[in-house]
Amino acid sequence: MAEQMKVIYERPKSWANKVTHYCPGCTHGVAHRLIAELVDEMGLMDKTIGVWPVGCSVLGYDYFNFDSVEAAHGRAPAMATGIKVTNPDNFVFAYQGDGDLASIGMAEIVHAAARGWPITVIFINNGNYGMTGGQMAPTTLLGQKTTTSPLGRTPQTNGFPIRVAEMLAQLDGPAYIARVSLDSPVNIRKAKSAMRKAFNAQVRGIGFSLVECLSTCPTNWRLTPVESMERVRKEVMPYFPLGEFKVVEGVL
Amino acid sequence: MSNKVLMKGAEALAEGAIQAGCRYYFGYPITPQNETPEYMSRRLPEVGGRFVQAESEVASINMVYGAACTGVRTMTSSSSPGISLMQEGISYISGSNVPCVVMNAMRGGPGLGNIAPAQGDYFQAVKGGGNGDYRRIVLAPSSIQEGVDLFVDAFELADKYRMVVMVIIDGLIGQMMEPVEFKTKVDVSTLKTPEWATVGRHGRDHANIITSLTLDAPGLEQWNLKLQAKYAQVELTESRIEEYQMDDADYAIIAYGTMARIAKTTVRIARAKGIKLGLLRPITVWPFPRKQIQAYVGKLKGTLTVELAYRQLFEDVQLTLCDKMPLGWYGRGGGIVPGPQEILTAFEEQFGKGR
Amino acid sequence: MERVSIDEQRCKSCGLCISVCPVKILIISDRLNARGFRPAQCTDQDKCTSCGSCALVCPDVAIELYREVKA
Repeated sequence: MAEQMKVIYERPKSWANKVTHYCPGCTHGVAHRLIAELVDEMGLMDKTIGVWPVGCSVLGYDYFNFDSVEAAHGRAPAMATGIKVTNPDNFVFAYQGDGDLASIGMAEIVHAAARGWPITVIFINNGNYGMTGGQMAPTTLLGQKTTTSPLGRTPQTNGFPIRVAEMLAQLDGPAYIARVSLDSPVNIRKAKSAMRKAFNAQVRGIGFSLVECLSTCPTNWRLTPVESMERVRKEVMPYFPLGEFKVVEGVL
Repeated sequence: MSNKVLMKGAEALAEGAIQAGCRYYFGYPITPQNETPEYMSRRLPEVGGRFVQAESEVASINMVYGAACTGVRTMTSSSSPGISLMQEGISYISGSNVPCVVMNAMRGGPGLGNIAPAQGDYFQAVKGGGNGDYRRIVLAPSSIQEGVDLFVDAFELADKYRMVVMVIIDGLIGQMMEPVEFKTKVDVSTLKTPEWATVGRHGRDHANIITSLTLDAPGLEQWNLKLQAKYAQVELTESRIEEYQMDDADYAIIAYGTMARIAKTTVRIARAKGIKLGLLRPITVWPFPRKQIQAYVGKLKGTLTVELAYRQLFEDVQLTLCDKMPLGWYGRGGGIVPGPQEILTAFEEQFGKGR
Repeated sequence: MERVSIDEQRCKSCGLCISVCPVKILIISDRLNARGFRPAQCTDQDKCTSCGSCALVCPDVAIELYREVKA
């Protein structure tokens, strides 16, 4: 009797199958892959337009088979808004890091969320500016050493980290806001399910959605990829708790 | 019977943009052009378009950038300090090779300045403003009617060259009322989505990517050379000028926009006094109508550049005419608009009684 | 045919798959790929339970998983 091989996991069709420029163990790749999987599973490839940020994921558009544009630093939500307004039937997502979204682009993300128009934002929180060499970000934890907080972040000199998901969930505009973590298989499964809800919130025309992904930056954290995952669990999650902060009716 | 209607400049120009096929406007309030976004917010929904009030000029221009990537006719308008905030976006749009129109109702500066008519943003408009080697076509109407007509050209040029086209006016043109006729009405259903637009693949055999990023230096040099070739073509074919009473002129005033309009009266007063004065009015200040002005070398005894700024337009005149004839200059800033007689006096001080 | 298929040219040797494999059948090999990384390799294909954890954590989409079924 012949045996056939059943596919347990295969590369997504919307994944462009290039080797990424990301450092070994960086979870940008995981977030990217989840996007590609969902675009495939939800049949969105022909109508997707990705809006990419400035930061490590500036070249994100190279890794997917759908249309993409490259935004100015922090302006991805504004650009995504411009695209969605002209093409309301398309699926438009912005992908942003923590410097991009929570520092230079804070005005754009807050107002995109407040307008509540159906665009989706995937927000990568890795606690530093990875691309530029590991400087302090709005999400850098107190005590965390970075190249611009060499003695560790203190409130006196650097102020406090910003919890973006909780903050945006206070607005009336968003349909879905969640924080997930990319540190383990179980949490990556949960992350995908949150991202599916976020995508659905747009596809079903319900409203703005954002998923904050706790991510790693092994190179700038000076940790191995495995140690970085442990740090997310031990140090980052207590300050940035996982969960759904806003789920309006109809989001599933 | 003419189809003229009496309209305020900032509103007429907005209607002109709509007649030119603009259906997506993104903007942020700033004086003296608020009537433009207000008009757009009323009118665009009536024609199946969308008006979005952005959270800032920074957001406005990046919304325009997003909309422009989908190949539609889109614009924003603002005034000097707001246009400053848009420079980053204008550079990105230029570097990405996508079309849009930006209107600047120039006001007195620098800084917060005031809201009176000025032309101090000339360098920003024609020389740069944002980072990198890029150009934009800059149209400078001197009446509301001309502005309305130029808006059609603005969108056509933007689409043709995939460039930012800037229309520069000032509070005077924006705030006054004139009879205006909308001669051209673009049927947006005839505008095709360009093949480069990011509108989703929908069966296309490749993904469209719009970016201003090219990390490798040889690649970015090639990209720059492509842009430069385009700009050279624009310089060759798109410069425009109005030549007023120039046939027998001994002298010419060089001025654009509001200032040129006033200078026309100066020309008439001067001619009544027997001075053979004419006016050279650049309609495109980039590309600067260099050849058209250089054609007067050997025919003119001198030019007087007049502007609502300090030696900005004058710099382009100097680059155009060098030492080929005496070059006079007169300008007022801070929102002071000189009258025709004041300009004539300046002319006579610098060139005598026109002999 | 392999149950755990690792594209060695894509692997950056981060070791995340090894850390999450419940049956401990993944190791870093002693070969170098074209980019200078020592790719992960599967030491015992038959022991793979198809749990999918390695593919889930792989940031480089380097792992594909299969399982035999009776035709």
